[in-house]
Amino acid sequence: MTATMRPTASACPACAAAPAADKLAATALHAQGGAQIALSLPTIHCSACITKIEKALNAHPGVRSARVNLTLKRASIEADPDVTAQEMKTLVEALGFEAHELDAGTLNATANDRAGRELLMRLAVAGFASMNVMLLSVSVWSGAADATRDLFHWISAAIALPTIAFSGQPFFRNAWAALSNRQLNMDVPITLAIVLAVVTSLWETSLSGKHAYFDAALALTFFLLAGRYLDHRTRAIARSAAEELTALEVPRATRLRADGTEEIVNVAELAVGDLLLVRPGGRMPVDGEIVSGTSELDRSLLTGETLPVFAAEGQTVSAGEVNLTGPLTIRASAVGQDTSLHQMADLVAIAESGRSRYTSLADSAAKLYAPGVHILSALAFVGWYLYTFDMRTALNIAAAVLIITCPCALGLAVPAVTTAASGKLFRRGMLIKHETALERLAQVDTVVFDKTGTLTAGTPELTNLADIPRRDAELALALAQGSSHPLAQAITRAAREAGFAPAPVSDLSEVPGYGTRALVDGREVRLGRASWIGAQGRAETATFLDRGEGAPVAFTFTDRLREGAAEAVQSLKDAGKDVYLMSGDTTPAVEALAERLGITHWLAEAVPADKSSRIQAMSARGAKVLMVGDGLNDTAALAAAHVSISPASALDAARVASDIVLLGSDLAPIASACATAGAATRRIRENFRIATIYNIIAVPLAMAGLCSPLIAALAMSASSITVSLNALRLR
Amino acid sequence: MTILAYLIPISLFLGALGLVFFVYTVRSNQYDDPEGDARRILSDEYDDHPKP
Repeated sequence: MTATMRPTASACPACAAAPAADKLAATALHAQGGAQIALSLPTIHCSACITKIEKALNAHPGVRSARVNLTLKRASIEADPDVTAQEMKTLVEALGFEAHELDAGTLNATANDRAGRELLMRLAVAGFASMNVMLLSVSVWSGAADATRDLFHWISAAIALPTIAFSGQPFFRNAWAALSNRQLNMDVPITLAIVLAVVTSLWETSLSGKHAYFDAALALTFFLLAGRYLDHRTRAIARSAAEELTALEVPRATRLRADGTEEIVNVAELAVGDLLLVRPGGRMPVDGEIVSGTSELDRSLLTGETLPVFAAEGQTVSAGEVNLTGPLTIRASAVGQDTSLHQMADLVAIAESGRSRYTSLADSAAKLYAPGVHILSALAFVGWYLYTFDMRTALNIAAAVLIITCPCALGLAVPAVTTAASGKLFRRGMLIKHETALERLAQVDTVVFDKTGTLTAGTPELTNLADIPRRDAELALALAQGSSHPLAQAITRAAREAGFAPAPVSDLSEVPGYGTRALVDGREVRLGRASWIGAQGRAETATFLDRGEGAPVAFTFTDRLREGAAEAVQSLKDAGKDVYLMSGDTTPAVEALAERLGITHWLAEAVPADKSSRIQAMSARGAKVLMVGDGLNDTAALAAAHVSISPASALDAARVASDIVLLGSDLAPIASACATAGAATRRIRENFRIATIYNIIAVPLAMAGLCSPLIAALAMSASSITVSLNALRLR
Repeated sequence: MTILAYLIPISLFLGALGLVFFVYTVRSNQYDDPEGDARRILSDEYDDHPKP
């Protein structure tokens, strides 16, 4: 590593030294055996949060240094090798902040933002050069004449030429790429304006002419680079955070060797026929068949069912299901690309092809703009040449037209607004992944929610504690408190909150897949599924207590609402949007939730294809659909919708398919995000209008040959500053 | 007008100096967390003694 780094560092010490040094430091740290841990902290927002978290982390004996980055909302920790990320996470969560572990490896790759620094450097050089040239130009405009003017023009040229050669490179490169593909983009007129301005100014200067546009060429470069940099920064933050999220799931599996010993392998190395051990809490890495063990499976991410499913020998399992109670040994029947999980991803690819049809406002503006500018300046050139037969005048005026119509305002209009809007949403815990997501979000008139894991938190809540005699509840608490089953945990939570104490029991044991049992005064008592207890099953989620005497007692559950779900649905309805609920869960469960939230349109027991075809049907009727979902069963629907949002807790595939990721667990920002997106789109349109008005005033002046460099500078700066200020109103 | 012979080089030199300092700030990662740095100044943690 070190040996390969050195040549790069010495080959270009000026530009590579800093990042290379960072990398060397990182390698050195690894050599000492230190651990680099990164945490995502979506809820931090002030200086008190920073100090609190840093103090707590630095107080930990194993931590060497910890620093919180508020802009990216993450903490990076250097620690002794035996410190785990889980430890750090619990430490931060104890302070009352949400924390997610991030893969430090992926983070290092995105932390050194080469392209961003390069743009910033070009921007800075252009800025300093344009300030200096502007000073000289002001003296020319205020009356410097003859030799002094020529001297000032030559000094301007000496500053402008190298600066433009360095700072203008991104535009030149893009323009060249477009032209060699026989296409026009925004960068072609920009390059033409800059080059023509510099060439005519040099020509004028060499002939001791009155007008030189060096300042305009530099200001043009500066404003456009500012737009590019804003654009890049918004996207870089979104991209790095999205990459970190994908790093959350580490694809490992426990394989059993022929002699019965275990080994940890990458999921990619698994083959059909391998025996795998999946522990309680683990996710199925492949499709397969259960060889031994009984347990219950949580299939909510795949199907939307909330109720855990019983699993025993001989039953098939699909990748993505979560094992709940007992260890299972499975034999792989499909791995990698062949798993049902991957087939789901293919559905996404089909649905996604429809979305790329959306053209952003900026692109449609550019389509009008680029040819328009070329035609105008060509007309000016031809007209003046025919009128005066003077090449110099004609070229001067053509250059003035190009500079005046410069897309400064256009180039800043969109990035300035999207930066302000995404910044606002990021502070509320939303991450805009796709560049046109804001514009599409602004058009939304229909919102479709998934149930399990999206509107509900996916954790059950006991509903009938009040109807259960205290003695039975305390017995249930004693049986439930040792189990990690979600229903048992719900009973424990509810009973403890009510202030109950567990009844004295002995010989407590868990029967994976069925429930728990224990002895009270020599009688056997059991808590578990209906078929095991011998009770009549119920429509809603329920578990039963067998007291060893009399009829079994039912404990019923409902899925707990996610924080902010009710507010989000209510304010979306208030904003006049149609709200739908589509779920793979059973009809009674979906109906109950729809009633609770006041959603009139709902669809239960929907398979993934149902959801996406419903959404496609709505889109065909002209509705702009926002899909909010988290499961694998939602991915096709997320991709088919006009725009989509998924919570950070969603599966990988769902987050990849969606345009916006909710970083926190609160759903409430969704409604305000729609409003912000609407405001942002209005601002973008306003900015286009402002830029157009400037052009309508200035272009005739330029065409008539009345445009001096002073007027060009004023028009350009004024329009750029107005659009930036207008964008800032969004904050 | 001979004063220009001094003033122009001086102004160019000062501009270049500003640029050099800017390059230094970029190189030393001072723009990585603008929001956090703006808030950190309000914390009184290192008011009594500087960060070790």
